[in-house]
Amino acid sequence: MSSESSVAPGLAPEEPNHWRRFLSIWVIASVIGTPLIVLLVGPLLGPSTGSEEAGGQHTIMTVLAAVATPVFMLVVLFIAYSLVYFRQEKGAALEGPAIRGNARVQAVWIVVTSLIVLGLAVYGTYELEDHYGHGSGSGPNPLTVPSGPKLPVQVIAQQWLFTYRYPTYGGVETTHLELPVDQEVEFNVTSLDVIHSFWAYKLGVKADANPGANNIAFVKPTKEESFEVRCAELCGIWHGAMVNPGKVVSATAFNTWIHEQQARLAPATKALPSYSKTYIPEPTRRAE
Amino acid sequence: MNVTNTPDPDTTASAAANPRPVWRRLIGFNLLTAVILGVGGYYLGWWIGHLIKGPSYAYESATDENDVALLLGYLGGVLGFLIGMGFANYPISRLLGRPASLREKEGEGIGRYFGLCTDHKVVGMQYLVGIGVFFFIGGLNAMMIRAELLHDTPTIVGPNQYLTLVGVHGTMMMGMMTSGVLGPFANYFVPIMIGARRMAFPRIESLTFWLLMAAGFILVSTIFFGGFPTGWTGYQPLNDQAVAGMDSYICFFALVGISMALLGMNMIATILTMRAPGMTWSRLPIFVWAVFGTAVLMVLAAPMLIATLGMAALDRSINTSFFIAGGGGSSYLFENLFWFFGHPEVYILALPGFGIVLELLPVFVRKPLWGYKLAISGMLGVSLLSFFVWQHHLFVSGINADLRPFYMLSTEIISVPTGFIFLCFMGTLWKGRMSLTVPMLFCLAWAFNFLIGGTSGVVLSDVATDTQLHGSFFVMAHFHYTIMGGLIFSFFAAIYYWVPKMTGLRFNETLAKWHFWLMFLAFNSTFLPLFALGIMGMPRRVSSYEASLVPLNTWVSISAFVLGFSMLIFIVNTVYSMIFARVPAEANPWNSKSTEWQLPTPVPVHNFDQIPVFDSDPYDYGTPVPIAIGRSAPAGA
Repeated sequence: MSSESSVAPGLAPEEPNHWRRFLSIWVIASVIGTPLIVLLVGPLLGPSTGSEEAGGQHTIMTVLAAVATPVFMLVVLFIAYSLVYFRQEKGAALEGPAIRGNARVQAVWIVVTSLIVLGLAVYGTYELEDHYGHGSGSGPNPLTVPSGPKLPVQVIAQQWLFTYRYPTYGGVETTHLELPVDQEVEFNVTSLDVIHSFWAYKLGVKADANPGANNIAFVKPTKEESFEVRCAELCGIWHGAMVNPGKVVSATAFNTWIHEQQARLAPATKALPSYSKTYIPEPTRRAE
Repeated sequence: MNVTNTPDPDTTASAAANPRPVWRRLIGFNLLTAVILGVGGYYLGWWIGHLIKGPSYAYESATDENDVALLLGYLGGVLGFLIGMGFANYPISRLLGRPASLREKEGEGIGRYFGLCTDHKVVGMQYLVGIGVFFFIGGLNAMMIRAELLHDTPTIVGPNQYLTLVGVHGTMMMGMMTSGVLGPFANYFVPIMIGARRMAFPRIESLTFWLLMAAGFILVSTIFFGGFPTGWTGYQPLNDQAVAGMDSYICFFALVGISMALLGMNMIATILTMRAPGMTWSRLPIFVWAVFGTAVLMVLAAPMLIATLGMAALDRSINTSFFIAGGGGSSYLFENLFWFFGHPEVYILALPGFGIVLELLPVFVRKPLWGYKLAISGMLGVSLLSFFVWQHHLFVSGINADLRPFYMLSTEIISVPTGFIFLCFMGTLWKGRMSLTVPMLFCLAWAFNFLIGGTSGVVLSDVATDTQLHGSFFVMAHFHYTIMGGLIFSFFAAIYYWVPKMTGLRFNETLAKWHFWLMFLAFNSTFLPLFALGIMGMPRRVSSYEASLVPLNTWVSISAFVLGFSMLIFIVNTVYSMIFARVPAEANPWNSKSTEWQLPTPVPVHNFDQIPVFDSDPYDYGTPVPIAIGRSAPAGA
């Protein structure tokens, strides 16, 4: 704006072009900062190897971090820039220019932010439905269901433990979770008392357990490892201690294990109520 | 201005108040009577409750397990307290056909701060101090929570006490903070800013405050009834299963809801009907706009909370089963109803902060507010959209799973109007003459903190990433960034900006700057690592966690103690400046053009001798920019 001083004599003639200068700083910082965030912080954003779902969540998280970085930098650098250049001189009481808005800047801002969030929503929706809920509890009738054989496992939550029922193996109920690797698993999560939440952190699966309701989540473990199942919804005094071991093993090891359990727990299985998606508990009553 | 010709007819009654002897002042409708009647009402309700329900009076009174008795006790206590305070006098005297004054106890010296007073400025001060006391209690709870989390197993307090600490901290902060800005600052300054002599419903204004104080006392009393294990969300059926302390939570939140709905209604009526001539909608200070948006949210959201808690109280006391699966109810129903209130609630907490920051910025950068109409549409857009996002709290719950893309979309769209506020913030800074006063520092910190809160919210709005982060410390860090980093920082900006007007006394600036820097650094040092803890898989509200997370938790706890210490600096500064040093503040220390700073200090009871006529908005700062003829203005201008 070389002609600025001629049309705006009120402004000091030596005033630099803040607009261009700030934009350059921001673009350079974003171009350097975004890859750095993706490369340095990205790998730290949660587990990625335990299952296909965990891997996908990790990718989405990295994408979101990459999108957020320039936005975050815009505001923070703007504040820093203002702190350097737009200050009251010491002891002075100068007034700033009486600018009350700029239609073009406002329009650009509205369009760009709307496009970003619409893009994120489309991306999120596609990823969600394309990955069958992406490990989240998707209710009793999920919108999208993976094709092919699935291993159904029922997760029964109660204060303060999880038990697991394998309906395709005679409804045997075990106290810890064991899953075959590279096999699509269908968790059916329900509760016998209060609301719990079944959370296998390394597998990237979380589904609330509501009494009298079934909540389905799909997950496909990709790595043989042990993991922990935790409760993620406040369920009373021992909520923090509601931890349970789990293991992903090879298909043959799983077969051996589950048949062993079936044989060992046969008398107990007979005493259990027959397999059902939900078990309506007695109404909770305090001791009277 | 001709002062003597226009006496305010409302104020003549209270003008000649004679000092009476102390013993005479103790009799009548005042705090002492209110406490006595409150205790009496509590025991009356408790006794009736035992008559109605209970196989054995002796058993129930020995175990404190009769919910009917406790609920009726709280109800009787609150009614007795309010009657003792004098809230029944006006309707009764009108019923008997006696004339009643519009203004009560406005000329009684220091005593007016301890009773029913219809002066909106007295109510504002009452709110500031009263809420401050309960914030202090909530803050102490947070200190104890962090002390416990120094260890990975329950060590300092038992798991039950730990959950009670978590619950009281969350509930107290959420409940009190709803009125944290509207109570003190909107009650005090909205009538002045719009050129009114009082609020539309001055008696209801006072009622909202005393209801909130009764509520706060009830929540603290939970420790006598075994506490409650549900956190601030009070999810069923854990709620139904809990001991009698849960009833304190229910009563507290229901009273807060009533107070909130009344406060909102009063604000709406005042802003709609009591604006002075010339105070058009496009001249309304942005703070008043924010209050208006908040008030609409309060009126629409709070009744849902009251109804939900009423149902929970019935489930607990007379065994209905709204929320009990075994009796045909559903735990989803509570979650749905609670968050239908709960999500507007978090914007009830955010909006006043937007208003304060945008109101203060022009004063400290000596420029008009940039994008006034954009800021208004941002606030109203946020208010409207906040009613369409509540199920993002239930992404993994299994409820309405097919609707999740809609809630993901609406949640992400809400960041667009929030972005308007940031654009107005930046536009106002642009080419300004910023002075780094203490209120300005808090405004800048608001922007930084709320930005982190907002961007972390986008991560939570995506179902896939929320699957991993839901119920973890990440969520906890996120909402502390928006509520504490957003609202509390702007709340302190408002305190340092407006309290010199409210009390006529100046804060010690050195201590204030120490408070700011310590609070800002300690706040970020406390809550940034919590994002990391959440990503590492630490769930919320636990007192046992993985041993490998102890070092990071220790860091967080120590930072939290420093954060608590920064609050102590504030308290010391307040006590020192307001009670001991008492340096008079200048009439208009910030050189502000807003209406309240043009009035004498202390502001007269009736605010204006003559109702002012407005001919501009209060942002008339800055030197005019010459308009370039024949070409558009430079892009950044």
